[in-house]
Amino acid sequence: MLTAENKKEIGIFGLVACLLMLIPGLNAWGPDGGLFAVSSFQVSLWGKYLTYAILAMSLNLLWGYTGLLCLCQSLFFALGGYAMGMYLMLMIGDRGAYQSDLPDFMVFLGYQELPFHWVPFNNFWFATGAVLWVPGLVALIFGFLAFRSRIKGVYFSILTQALTYAVCLLFFRNDFTFGGNNGFTDFKDILGYSLNDSGTTRGLYIASALLLLTTYLITSGLLASKLGKVQQAIRDSENRVLFSGYSTTSFKLVIFILSAMIAGAAGALYVPQVGGINPSLMEAAKSLEVVVWVAVGGRGTKWGPVIGAILVNMFKSYTTQAFPDYWLIIMGSMFVLVVLFMPDGIVGVYKQVKSKIAQKRSLQIEEA
Amino acid sequence: MRSILKHVVGYSFCISSLLGILAAEERSARLVMSELIMASGDEQTALIEEIESYGDPVIAEIYQAWRTGGIYTLKSNTDLLLLEFTAQQEWVLVADGELVSLAEGDVAKVKKERAKRSVRKLMKGIIDTLGLKATDASVRIDSAIKMGRSQKLEFVPALEARLIVETSSEVKEAVKEALAISLLKNGNADQKLTAVKDLAAMKSIAARGFIDEVLLDEQEASRGTEPLAEASANALLVIEEHLKIMEFLGSFFRGFSTGSVLLIVSFGLAITFGLMGIINMAHGEFVAIGGYTTYMVQTFFINTWGLSSETFGWYFVISLPLSFLAAAGIGLLLEKTVIRFLYRRPLESLLCTWGISMVMQQGFRLIFGAANVQVNNPTWLMGNLSLGGFSMSYTRLFIMFIALLVVILTWLLLRKTNLGLHIRAVMQNRGMASSLGIPVARVNSMTFALGCGLAGLGGSVLSQIGNVGPLMGQQYIVDSFMVVVIGSVGNLLGAGISAMGIGLVDQLLQPSLGPVMGKITVFFVIILFLQWRPGGLFPTRSRSLED
Repeated sequence: MLTAENKKEIGIFGLVACLLMLIPGLNAWGPDGGLFAVSSFQVSLWGKYLTYAILAMSLNLLWGYTGLLCLCQSLFFALGGYAMGMYLMLMIGDRGAYQSDLPDFMVFLGYQELPFHWVPFNNFWFATGAVLWVPGLVALIFGFLAFRSRIKGVYFSILTQALTYAVCLLFFRNDFTFGGNNGFTDFKDILGYSLNDSGTTRGLYIASALLLLTTYLITSGLLASKLGKVQQAIRDSENRVLFSGYSTTSFKLVIFILSAMIAGAAGALYVPQVGGINPSLMEAAKSLEVVVWVAVGGRGTKWGPVIGAILVNMFKSYTTQAFPDYWLIIMGSMFVLVVLFMPDGIVGVYKQVKSKIAQKRSLQIEEA
Repeated sequence: MRSILKHVVGYSFCISSLLGILAAEERSARLVMSELIMASGDEQTALIEEIESYGDPVIAEIYQAWRTGGIYTLKSNTDLLLLEFTAQQEWVLVADGELVSLAEGDVAKVKKERAKRSVRKLMKGIIDTLGLKATDASVRIDSAIKMGRSQKLEFVPALEARLIVETSSEVKEAVKEALAISLLKNGNADQKLTAVKDLAAMKSIAARGFIDEVLLDEQEASRGTEPLAEASANALLVIEEHLKIMEFLGSFFRGFSTGSVLLIVSFGLAITFGLMGIINMAHGEFVAIGGYTTYMVQTFFINTWGLSSETFGWYFVISLPLSFLAAAGIGLLLEKTVIRFLYRRPLESLLCTWGISMVMQQGFRLIFGAANVQVNNPTWLMGNLSLGGFSMSYTRLFIMFIALLVVILTWLLLRKTNLGLHIRAVMQNRGMASSLGIPVARVNSMTFALGCGLAGLGGSVLSQIGNVGPLMGQQYIVDSFMVVVIGSVGNLLGAGISAMGIGLVDQLLQPSLGPVMGKITVFFVIILFLQWRPGGLFPTRSRSLED
């Protein structure tokens, strides 16, 4: 049976789905000028925001619902991006600057043939698989080691940050066969469709939107399940869960891997829409940015991370253009203020205001 | 114009004394040079001979100017002035090096002086061997080795002459080494053999390539089994061995100094994070505050006393406490306005301080520019301390000293003062401490300020070995957090040991793995270490279950 709460949720979900499809719809069939015109550039810009939103949702799964503040989410995002980037690099073929079958940076670095681990990435489906299992595997190994020795709270955050830092250093090296600090760029097409085509842009946007909606459904399904209940119990008091006979290690590990895979998938959709990837995407600061999106939107809420990711990034694009010298100061102060005065984020403001008013009212009643 | 007249008077006095050449034994190198330029014929030859006994680097400088046409004469009504037009576009009196301001009419009247060819020929030998006569022993050593490595025959007499008059044993060694290296090319077969044996006995690293050449030559001439070839091969082995030991010692030394840097930076973090539970992501920016404070103190000293003055060397001594105070002051302000709301929310403190670090970084860029600023080493920190052929830079030694000082002072503060007692009480149990009448809010502020101040001190020290820029603290922040985690949170002794350990492992791995792989390996070693000891080196024993 559907409760009123469920009905409301389904309604919001439908509304969001419709809103998301409005953008490619207007791009395809909308007018050429005026308020409702949507250019292909805007479609891919919004597509990028959506992949950020998915990334924020994946972090929310860990931070908002399991209490693990993970600072390597951008690493998983970038790993997924690199896996897809490898496929896209190989699809350039001999249309690169050096007109060689090898990617340009390999020619530049003097490679004679494709390194063996690049070969399977000629296949799109292998690349898609790698988008999921590479971040998943990293999460499995690191998570197993970390959770097994009961590293939690702040220490978990610091270790994940160090992991990101270490891998980031690795990717900056030229001899790591992933293009060094220039990374990948100049993609031509995906599955035979040119990336410059407005149809491909719309397709990628729609894929991102679908992934976002799927992630939402996964999150909702998870929260309703037994696994989700244990997950939230771990957030609230891990020791009690442990003493009740649950192996918190395995629960946390499953969620960590799931979250890494979602982040990887988001990264894979990010790369073709932005048109390149380089190791700066996995710098420690990027992971912190994701945390900020979640915090601003509202941690532990279903739509909060989406709202946070989109709003913060729109605000960032605006301030970097309007106040190039001061945007860091504006953004930084915003984070401080949000943390201090809006602990539940934008989504929580309504509740906060309501409880304030209720408090005042009860005070007035007492006085009277 | 009046100031020039004063010089003219002094200068004409010098000219008159020139008439009785060699009247004064202790004349300044500048004076002799100015006489040389003005003199002619035999007088010049005599003066060049006199100059040979001087080791003042100013001779090279003036000669360089003379050769390239930077020396001018100016005829005034009564006298002849000898002036140098320096690279800084200033006029300097050659005789005593004082600045002169010329009127525009005078500038038009100056006449260029050029060195004659015969003089240039004679002077070249003197200039090349000038370093051997310098008053600074390390300059003499460097110059001797350089002359040896050039393997030029013309330097041999100068080196031999130096060997006789030299008093310092270290310089003597260097001169001997240089002579031996030179003989490897210029000597006959017997001389070569003794030279190779001497160099092996001296374990001369500088000679390695040259002995290698000798060996190759011998083998090419198919004399591979003769004594010279065998001695060379043997010498190479000895030197390689010595080199390996030196490299290992070098890694060890660098490890300790890297560890000391980490220690200074992470001690502040161990206090704010370990003792207070505040994750200060802006810690790196407090390091930068220290660096910029040092820069400002330096600029003040340059503007007031000048770069080459005696007083300038003191700027670093002054900037150390000032950096501490500046960072502590800003830390105090931050604690009062933001941090005090976050004591029970460690994860939120991470976000909040990260926002603060963004603001501070951009603040540095707006005030000091995005590029790194230049901080000079004071002269007393330049150079190396050499122990048995192993040299350690004074800067690095000084950093180790400061690290030790930081450890001792912090320990004294925490264990022997009232404030320290309060700090420890508050850290152990905030509520209990408060109910016993300890002013918790004030203690918190002081502790946070102390942690930030230590970061600032670290920044001041770092300015001597690295760049000072808006991002200078960022590269240490991840390492510092690792130090605190490994050393057990809240344990300063642990932080000290783990800082040294991480520094050592890092530097010992670097020669074989390279800097990046070394860092990555260190990270994985840390993860594995935490498998073995999840609580770090010195876990706190407690019955409480709270995370």
